[in-house]
Amino acid sequence: MSADPQQNGDGALVEIQSLKKYFPIRKGVLQREVERVHAVDDVTLSVAQGETVGLVGESGCGKSTLGRCVVRLLTPTEGDIVFQGTSIGRLGPRALRPLRREMQMVFQDPYASLNPRKRVGSIVGDPLKIHGIGNSKERKTQVEELLETVGLSPEHYNRFPHEFSGGQRQRIGVARALALRPKLIVADEPVSALDVSIQAQMINLLESLQDDFGLTYIFIAHDLGVVRHVSDRIAVMYLGKLVELSPAEELYSRPIMPYTEALLSAVPIPDPDLSEKRERIVLEGDVPSPIHPPSGCRFHPRCRYATDICQQVEPPLTDYGNGHLAACHHPLNVDKATLERVTASERHTPDSADESALPEDPSKTESHPIPEKG
Amino acid sequence: MAERLLDVKDLKVRFATEDGIVHAVDGVNFTLDRGEVLGIVGESGSGKSVTAMTILGLTRGTNTQYEGEILYKGEDLIRQSEGRLRSVRGAQIAMIFQDPMTSLNPVYKVGDQICEAIRAHDDVSGRTARGRAVELLQQVGIPNPRQRVDDYPHQFSGGMRQRAMIAMALSCNPDILIADEPTTALDVTIQAQILELIDKLKDDFDSAVIMITHDLGVVAEVADQILVMYAGRVVEHGGKRDVFYDPQHPYTWGLLGSIPRLDRPKPKRLHSIQGSPASLINLPQGCKFRPRCPHAFEKCHEEPGLENRIEQKGHLDRCWLTVEEKKRLRVTTLAGEAVGAA
Repeated sequence: MSADPQQNGDGALVEIQSLKKYFPIRKGVLQREVERVHAVDDVTLSVAQGETVGLVGESGCGKSTLGRCVVRLLTPTEGDIVFQGTSIGRLGPRALRPLRREMQMVFQDPYASLNPRKRVGSIVGDPLKIHGIGNSKERKTQVEELLETVGLSPEHYNRFPHEFSGGQRQRIGVARALALRPKLIVADEPVSALDVSIQAQMINLLESLQDDFGLTYIFIAHDLGVVRHVSDRIAVMYLGKLVELSPAEELYSRPIMPYTEALLSAVPIPDPDLSEKRERIVLEGDVPSPIHPPSGCRFHPRCRYATDICQQVEPPLTDYGNGHLAACHHPLNVDKATLERVTASERHTPDSADESALPEDPSKTESHPIPEKG
Repeated sequence: MAERLLDVKDLKVRFATEDGIVHAVDGVNFTLDRGEVLGIVGESGSGKSVTAMTILGLTRGTNTQYEGEILYKGEDLIRQSEGRLRSVRGAQIAMIFQDPMTSLNPVYKVGDQICEAIRAHDDVSGRTARGRAVELLQQVGIPNPRQRVDDYPHQFSGGMRQRAMIAMALSCNPDILIADEPTTALDVTIQAQILELIDKLKDDFDSAVIMITHDLGVVAEVADQILVMYAGRVVEHGGKRDVFYDPQHPYTWGLLGSIPRLDRPKPKRLHSIQGSPASLINLPQGCKFRPRCPHAFEKCHEEPGLENRIEQKGHLDRCWLTVEEKKRLRVTTLAGEAVGAA
């Protein structure tokens, strides 16, 4: 929240470089690989120190797989992850161990992610023990401090997970992630299992921890409201591809990729008048299978702007200025000047500019899936 | 005047457990007319699902105690025999559950499950029932219903399974459709499809809908009247516009304020309701929301009744604050700005 979103590149803490993760589908006696699930397919993204990057998308878009690859719970099929200047994409378990201190994960389900047979003290303290930090007395003090930091009481040290409510358990999960003072926390849907009132408490906690400990977050969530609140930049994924990357506020006021537009318009707004007034783009059908993703632009079968080119050519991720990248042949909310500049650059396929689909005057055609109040 | 379908009067549901008596529902009143959509909002443990399940007699058991009445077209469902309830259930009042993954039987074909529901209530041949199943799948927007009727649930995606559940619920043309968090397990894009579908089918089948959800956004879209529940009680009840634009209870303000909203500028910190929901075994004395309420005062040790305290008729709430105080106090909360601690 504190970092300038423009400052990526040099100050990057994590760089995800053309990362691919395919899961093999094996069949038969020989367990031969017959097909592959293209969970993450060529994603490049860098996360600056102190920044929060939100990853959004429907289920099955590869956002969790990407997060797990970053903390190396999974080994990428191709591509690399560079953490603080070191390539970690191919490191073995032993070489990874010292790095585990630097990156931690908070999981979605507070009921499944804590061992029911262990006391809170050892759940939070075990990371310290494993990494050989302090003696048992020092560790105990440290754990008690951590419990206080996340809003629990030090007396909870000897309790078991079942004695806590969902929100409290999630706090234990956060304390455990914080124990080793990591630089990066990958939070995979950390609030989606919680009630709204508890959800707000949790988001506020994560934000104040970020300020206190200088944390960098990769925040995976499907709730676009939550993501907007916590993120500096947001990456939208669809079927394993990064389709749009933008500063948080800009994504909501000026989505370029039609998928983002549809996603935003589908979010129910707790305001009866607004929700009646706005235009709803209801996407037809479901997300296609990541085993056989559609040709060209992967979104084309559900896209209302799709033309022939979308079926044949995959759109490259193009920079539309202001750190706003999108992969689309028929970008929305882009004025003529930007479009000409972008089309002139090498990476863009020139014939993709289908005249009829271009927004001519940005003020007229600009799309605001979330209407202004009043 | 539309026909009055349901009249719930002072419903109380208590469960005896090892730890003590759980007051799951504690004095709920509402009515439902044909064509109307009632939204029940609340957090987990607020009693919204128990209310719905009690209407269908799904909470019956040796450890359950009831008080009050559930009048369905004048007939008290609480005091009906299990046999009579069975003929109501599914035929006149149907339910859609939250999790489409677990509410279909994985070892039977989707079509057979729909046929079973049809033939349980109507004396028709297997062939007719199957024809109707295909027709229903078509109505809920499943492509190629003639082929898909022979699919197993695992061959359907989450959204399609929920559509199949809706088809099953509508198979006997019920008067009332109870949807318990029908879209919570689904992605937003699929949620939008399902909400649109329920809205359309409600008119096609001329039913009333009870929509249970924790998502105020969903309620804003579909409901006509709203019931806000907390700790087994209704804390606020009113028309959709009244509840959203003139909320009277501090809990409702908190709910409205704590959602990160896309239609507003981002607040620095989110408003959050302090503490966690009340235990239903040891309920706090007086107003149940008092321990978490930032505006609680002396009088709150005595429980306020659900009354109409403002000019707008039919807008009820359970709060001792005066109308002027409420207007003044709710502003910051509703803006979603945090006041003080996390």
